[in-house]
Order: sequence, then structure tokens, then C-alpha cells
Amino acid sequence: MPSEAGKAPAAARGTAKQAGRSPLGLNLAAGAGLAFLHLPLAFILLYAFSDEDKSFQFPPPGLTFRWFGVAWDRPDIWEALALSIRVALVSTALAILLGALAAAALSRAKFFGRDSISLLFILPIALPGIVTGISLRSAFNLMEIPFSYWTIVLGHATFCIVVVYNNAVARFRRLSPSLVEASMDLGADGFQTFRHVLLPSIATSLLAGGLLAFALSFDEVIVTTFTAGQQRTLPIWMLGELIRPHQRPVTNVVAVAVILVTAIPILAAYYLTREGEHVAGAGK
Amino acid sequence: MTVVVTPPQDGALRRVSDVLIARPGLLLMLLLTPPLLWLGVVYLGALFALLAQSFFSIDEFSGTIVYQPTLATYAELLAPANLDIIVRTLVVAAVVTVLAALVAFPIAYYAARYARGKVKALFYLAVMMPLWSSYLVKVYAWKLLLAKEGAVTWLVQAAGLTKILDLWLAAPLVGGPSLSVSYTGMVLTFLYLWTPFMILPLQASLERVPATLIEASDDLGAAPRQTFRHVILPLAAPGLIAGAIFTFSLTLGDYIVPQIVGPSSLILGQAVYAEQGNAGNVPLAAAFCVAPIAIMFVFLALARRTGALDAL
Amino acid sequence: MIVTEREPTMALDPSPAAATAVRFRGVSRAFGAVKAVDGVDLDVAAGEFFAMLGPSGSGKTTCLRLIAGFDQPTAGHIEIFGETVEGAPAYRRPVNTVFQDYALFPHMTVLDNVCYGLMIRGMGKAERRKLGLDALALVKLVGMEGRRPGELSGGQRQRVALARALVMRPKVLLLDEPLGALDLKLREAMQGELKSLQHALGVTFVFVTHDQGEALSMADRIAVFNHGRIEQVGAPKEIYERPRTRFVADFVGGSNVVEPLLVRRWTGLEGAASLRPEKIFVLADGAKAPDGALVIEGRVEEVLFHGAVYRVEVAAGDAGRLVLSVPAVGAESPAVGAPIRAAFARDSLHLMEAE
Repeated sequence: MPSEAGKAPAAARGTAKQAGRSPLGLNLAAGAGLAFLHLPLAFILLYAFSDEDKSFQFPPPGLTFRWFGVAWDRPDIWEALALSIRVALVSTALAILLGALAAAALSRAKFFGRDSISLLFILPIALPGIVTGISLRSAFNLMEIPFSYWTIVLGHATFCIVVVYNNAVARFRRLSPSLVEASMDLGADGFQTFRHVLLPSIATSLLAGGLLAFALSFDEVIVTTFTAGQQRTLPIWMLGELIRPHQRPVTNVVAVAVILVTAIPILAAYYLTREGEHVAGAGK
Repeated sequence: MTVVVTPPQDGALRRVSDVLIARPGLLLMLLLTPPLLWLGVVYLGALFALLAQSFFSIDEFSGTIVYQPTLATYAELLAPANLDIIVRTLVVAAVVTVLAALVAFPIAYYAARYARGKVKALFYLAVMMPLWSSYLVKVYAWKLLLAKEGAVTWLVQAAGLTKILDLWLAAPLVGGPSLSVSYTGMVLTFLYLWTPFMILPLQASLERVPATLIEASDDLGAAPRQTFRHVILPLAAPGLIAGAIFTFSLTLGDYIVPQIVGPSSLILGQAVYAEQGNAGNVPLAAAFCVAPIAIMFVFLALARRTGALDAL
Repeated sequence: MIVTEREPTMALDPSPAAATAVRFRGVSRAFGAVKAVDGVDLDVAAGEFFAMLGPSGSGKTTCLRLIAGFDQPTAGHIEIFGETVEGAPAYRRPVNTVFQDYALFPHMTVLDNVCYGLMIRGMGKAERRKLGLDALALVKLVGMEGRRPGELSGGQRQRVALARALVMRPKVLLLDEPLGALDLKLREAMQGELKSLQHALGVTFVFVTHDQGEALSMADRIAVFNHGRIEQVGAPKEIYERPRTRFVADFVGGSNVVEPLLVRRWTGLEGAASLRPEKIFVLADGAKAPDGALVIEGRVEEVLFHGAVYRVEVAAGDAGRLVLSVPAVGAESPAVGAPIRAAFARDSLHLMEAE
């Protein structure tokens, strides 16, 4: 919806860069949409300080810091947090390795079945998480594999690979082939070329993909409930609290902590990749 | 120019490199095998195992799985109660998708056409942060907001609209005992969760519409509304479809939101969870899963044709 | 039609002083059914400035890549200073390349770019820094060592690419359309610099270009490519004045081609002939042609002003369309549509090879 003058000659209006001021209606709608996206999180922040612990009374009767202390003292929270971090780290490491390999293979060479394989790399996030979760669970049952830390990692790594792959493949496609040729022309073999030329070029995209994968794994709950045995990651802990709450404000405090922990990798990934056309996280 | 540059060293690694360069097929295979093995074996394998199970059935009395191929489970799927669940879920997914498109469009449009430089970066972050912040936290936030004593009710009371809220809650389909135990609440929560997934591909699509097209349309005498309908909307379609893939897929598979902010009647995700969990009826759960998988494949095929996959 | 080098001075002399830098024997490169390079024989002498000239798709760039090792021939034999190289990857060959897009490593500084090959060889930091700075001085790019390629202009980037290749002391330096991206003034300046650099270093330069003016001004010898084959190899003046085939006549300097019928009538010889535009002289009204000269008559169709000369297109009856190069100094432009008479010496006709 460009500027007011419907019949003014096109020449007078220039490019979209000077496309006139946006219509008021658009501004309001966009602003309202953004507010819709952000306000609920602000409320969580508020409730973490609420004095009331039995309900979600609004406005909160009083504000206090004490729930932070209570949360600090709960061992079950720390356990769940530790497990979540361990799972996320290992899944991310695996994802970076496998995602980079896949991106290297699929970004340029044309071979029979390449399109199908590319599709395979979208499935883990295109299909609902419950499908993934249930498939893995019944597969583990069938093969009589006990649920453990590793079954969780297996599930997480699967969709983490996709996230890293998306980031890496975009970067690989932008790589100029003459750079590899130049390196070899100057005497570097394949491995040296990889180390000195390719790796530095894709490093930021791998890192960004890894950060996103970490955030994704840290937050994941649907697949995890199916692939975990008795272990509880932080999201599983939270889910338990949501269904059968013990101390609501403590849950709020944990929620605030989770917001912060996931915000940092996201911001970092954004700053790492914003120079390129493909910004990390644009395709979740 | 009398300096002599030392000749290159030879070595085992170099010779391996020779082989890999001379045979690009070998290199490709080496690169592709580990990830393919993982995704192909672990992921696809598990998926097929699940689908295979949908062709088995469960013995009603013993509760164990009978490993004999049969279509009985699918027949059970088509029973009215189960069909109900599928249809209900599809309707919810469709409603959420449409609403998400409506909310997302102004944001995406503004960001694509009018935001420049710093503002654009800010917009981007403003969408990314909610997108990536914790799913559970977001669901939880809405439970807080929608609770009887929560902020939304408080707002409604402050605005004096309590009567309208009560009327809405009393309405048959969308209402319920309170906002947080109703379809309305569920749809709102889904909307909140999935809107960012709609914004990003939509924005990417809109950004690809050259400004000159809009100017040409104006130049040829079209009113802004006509330009929107005939030029902008069709070109934004791939982005819409890509976003719809996400909203549909995510809604079809979700079983947590309805538990926390939903009415008592089940939707698909819950059915799957329930069947495989307590009932131990994995074949039925598997059969239930076939519905979303089939739907998503149709979607993906459609998306591929309209080029929406590039917008993913 | 394979054209091998026949000039006696360029014989395959085994003595080291006249060593062959690059040798192709029957080299072909096929992509499926298409032959980008079709049975090419080539000898580049050591210390030469050798040009491979041709339109796009003629196979010249593929040949360059075959020398460099980025591509392998599907048939034939390639030698570099007597060493068989076909099958060997690029990093095992004693040649270095200056790429058309310069291919500078964006994440490294200029100095690191230049020293890259030395670093790979395992040379110590201090030593390679010195050599790198020397190379940069050689290409007249001082004070830029700490910058990144993204901060440089096109001309500066090209110098860095040149330094990076030369610092390796290659036996052969390959240049892929090195001046294409530069503007005219810069291009002319670089042409001179490349020439004097090559002369000073004595390194064999092989460069690829589609610009015949560039090839004529820089090369010691030119190979003209067409459809994957070499149509003629020779010194610039040779190729210019005595093209062997229609294609070479037309591509290099836009010479006129006189059809066999007329050639037979005028000289009794068989075959088409090339006739350079500047060898045809306009006869003033009523002037008599010199003895033995051939005269053509026709009408001026088109006149283009080229600064020093007018390029005049004449419809000359039987002789078809002929292009004349008429000096512009002190002369009026021929009028379009006016009749015109011109003459040329019989031996200005250069007989080309039978087709």
C-alpha cells in the first residue's frame, strides 16, 4: 500500500526507499502485532516478583525477591538444569559435525537423488514433534534399548542437525569456487585448503547454527518426553510444574532464567551472521 | 630474484588428497555417509517402524500388540469419535493459520516495505526473540494471563466489558468454564506461539517483490486495494504457504497446549499421546500419526510447486 | 583442422636455452558429447608472453585450466618444462594463476594473501614476510599489507593477485582475462606494466583474452582459438597481416575476406583471401590507379569516425561489402551514398588456407 497519491506518475515517487510514509492503519496493526508478541513475556517477568504464591492474581499483591532464593535452594531444579545443558552441548557438537558434512555435500554437487536427500533434511522440523518423538520411542522399544541420557541426545541431535545444516548450506552456496582453486594453485592440498580457506569462511555460520541448535535443544520438550526415561530436563521439570504446580512463583523464576539463557545464544547468533544475506534463525 | 622457494612437502595426507580430488564421487560419499546414516537410519527408520505399526492391531483383552498385518486399526481410526478428533484438530489448525496470517501480515509488510537500516534490524530482533524463547515459558505465560484471577480478566473488568466476556464464555463452541479452559484460550495460545513462524517467511517473500512492480501497478491506474489484491498478495503466496506449513504442522502435533490451556475434549496430539501412553495402543497412535504426516506431505508437495520451499 | 606451429624459429628445439615451457599433444577435454577442447597441439616457449585468444566458448579458458590443473584432459598429453602433468592436481604443478575474479581470500590481510603459498610450503614467518613485501613492491603496491581485500579497488586487488602468484616463483604464470574488469585507462596502464614485468622477470606468461587488441599489444605470440581448436599460432603482426583462415581474418582486426571467385579472377590463385582495410586507398575523382593495382568501384554505405581513421563500408558490386580504413587527418569524411573508387596492390591480397 504505497503513498497517498494513487495517480501520480511513477517517476515522482522513486524507489521503495522513499516510498512515502506508511499508512497509519499499517503502523497501528504492526505495532499491535508486535505488542501482542512481547507483552506476555513481560508478565512472566512481573510474576517472578509476585508476593502471592497460590494463584496468578493480577495485579500481584506485592513484589519480592524471595522466590529467587527459594529457587536457588531447590536441588531438583539444579539437576534438571545440569541435564539440559549436558544434552544440549553434546547434541550441538554432533549437529555441528554432521550438519557441516551434509552441507558440504549437498550445497554444490549435483547427483542423482540430491533433491530427495535435501527433503530428508527438512523432515525433522517439518513433521510434528510428536511424530518424531513417538517414532523414536517405539523404535527404542522394539530394539529394547533402555531410555537414558543417550536416547535423549539421539532425539535432540536429529533436529539440531537440521538447524546447523540450514545455516551452513546457505553459507556454502555463497562460497566462490575460485577460492578453493586459488588455494590449490598456491600449493595447498585438499586438507590444507579446508583448514586455511574453507573453515574460516564457514566458521561463523557453523557457530551460529550451533548456538541456535543449543537454544532449541535446551528448550525442547515434546520429543524429550518420549525419549527420556526417568531423567528430567529443565523443560520436563517445568511441564511437571505446569500440570501439578508446587510453588508457582518458583516456576516463574525458572521461566525468567530460561528466557535469559535462551536469549543469549540467539542474540549472539544474530550478531554473528547479520552481515550475510542469510541471517541465522530465519528458517527455524 | 635469486631466492629459491622450498619445494612442497609430500606426505600421506597429500596423497589421500590426490585420490579424493581425482575421484569426486568418493569424496561426496565420504561426506554424505555419516549424516545420511544418522538421518536415514535413526530418523527414517524410526518413522517407518512407526508407520509399520499402524498396520498392526491391539488385542482388546490382553492389551498386547498383535503383529499381524491388518487394516483394522485404520478402520478404528475412522470411527466417529476418532474422526471427530481429526476434524476438530484440522479446524483448530486452520483457524490458527488464518488468524496468524492476519496478525503476521501487517508486521511482515511493514518490515519488508518500510523498515530500513536500524529499524529493520530492530524489527528482526523483535520477531526473533519471541520466536526462539522457550515454548513452555510462552504457554505458561498465557496460562497466567488467561487465569480467572489473571491479567486479561482484570483488563476486561477494568474496561467494564465483563458481561461480554461472560456471554462469550457461555457460547457453545468457543466458550468454557474460564478462558484458560476453553477453545478460545487454546487458539489464542497457539496464535501467540506460531505467529513468528508466519512472519519470517512472509517477510522474506514480501521483500522479494520488486518495488517497481507496485509502482507499475499504480502507474497503470490501480487503486491501492487492487494493487494489493492482484500484485502483492499473489507474490506473497509462497511465504504464506511456507508459514502455513509451520502453523499447521505445529498445531497438529501439539499435545501440551491443549492440556494446559484447553478444553476437555481431545485434539489429535493428545489422542496420540494418550493412546500410546496409558492405553499402550501404539498401533492406533501410529494410525493417528499418519493423518498429520499425510497432510504435511501434501503441504510440502504444494509448497514445492509454488516455490515456497525456497522461502523456508 | 589441427594447426601446428610451423615457423622454423619455433622448432621443438631440445636445447635448454629454447626449452618448451608448456606442451600440448592431442589434448581434448570433453563434457559429455561436447568437446570444449578438441585435439589441440601447442608449444609455448620458455620466457614467452603467450596469448590464447578467441571468443567465449572457444576452449581457450579450458586450456588454461588444463595447464593449471583445475581440470584434467579426457585425452592427450600435457608437459610443463618436460614434466608430464596430466592427472596431477593443481597443487603439484609448478604454475600459478591470476584469476579473473582475483580470488583473494577475504578473511586474510593483503600480506597474508600474498604469503599464503609460502606459508603452505612451511616457510618461516620472517622470511615469508620479507618475500611478500618484495612481491608487493614489485607490483607497485606498497603500504597496503594490513588491509583486507574488501577495502581495495579492482586494480589494487589485481596487483595483489599478481604478487601472490609471482612470489611463488612459478615456472609458468597463467592469467585468466586479467584486464577485463578494468576501465580503459587502467587497462592500458596495466598492459604496459605486465609487459615490462614479464620482461624483467623472464617468467613465461600465458594469458587468456577475448580482446584481440590486448593480445596484439602484449603478446610475443598468439594462438587463436575457435570451437575448441587452434586455428593459427604466430607473432601478432603475422596473425594480423597474414591470417590463415576466415575466422582469424575476421576476429583479429576485422579484415575483409574476398571470395575465391574474385580471387581467381584477380590473381589466378585458388582460395579465399584476406585484404586489410588500411591497404585499400581511396582514389580521388578522375585519379588514375597506380600500375598493377586492382580497382574497385562502389557506393559508400556507412562511415564511422574512429579518431585517427574513418571506417568506411562500401558496397563494391562483385566484391561484396568491403571495409576501408581511410586516414582522417586533413581529409573530409566520405559522404554516405556517394560513389567511391578505391585501389589496392595485388600482393595486399593474402591467400588463406583452403577450406
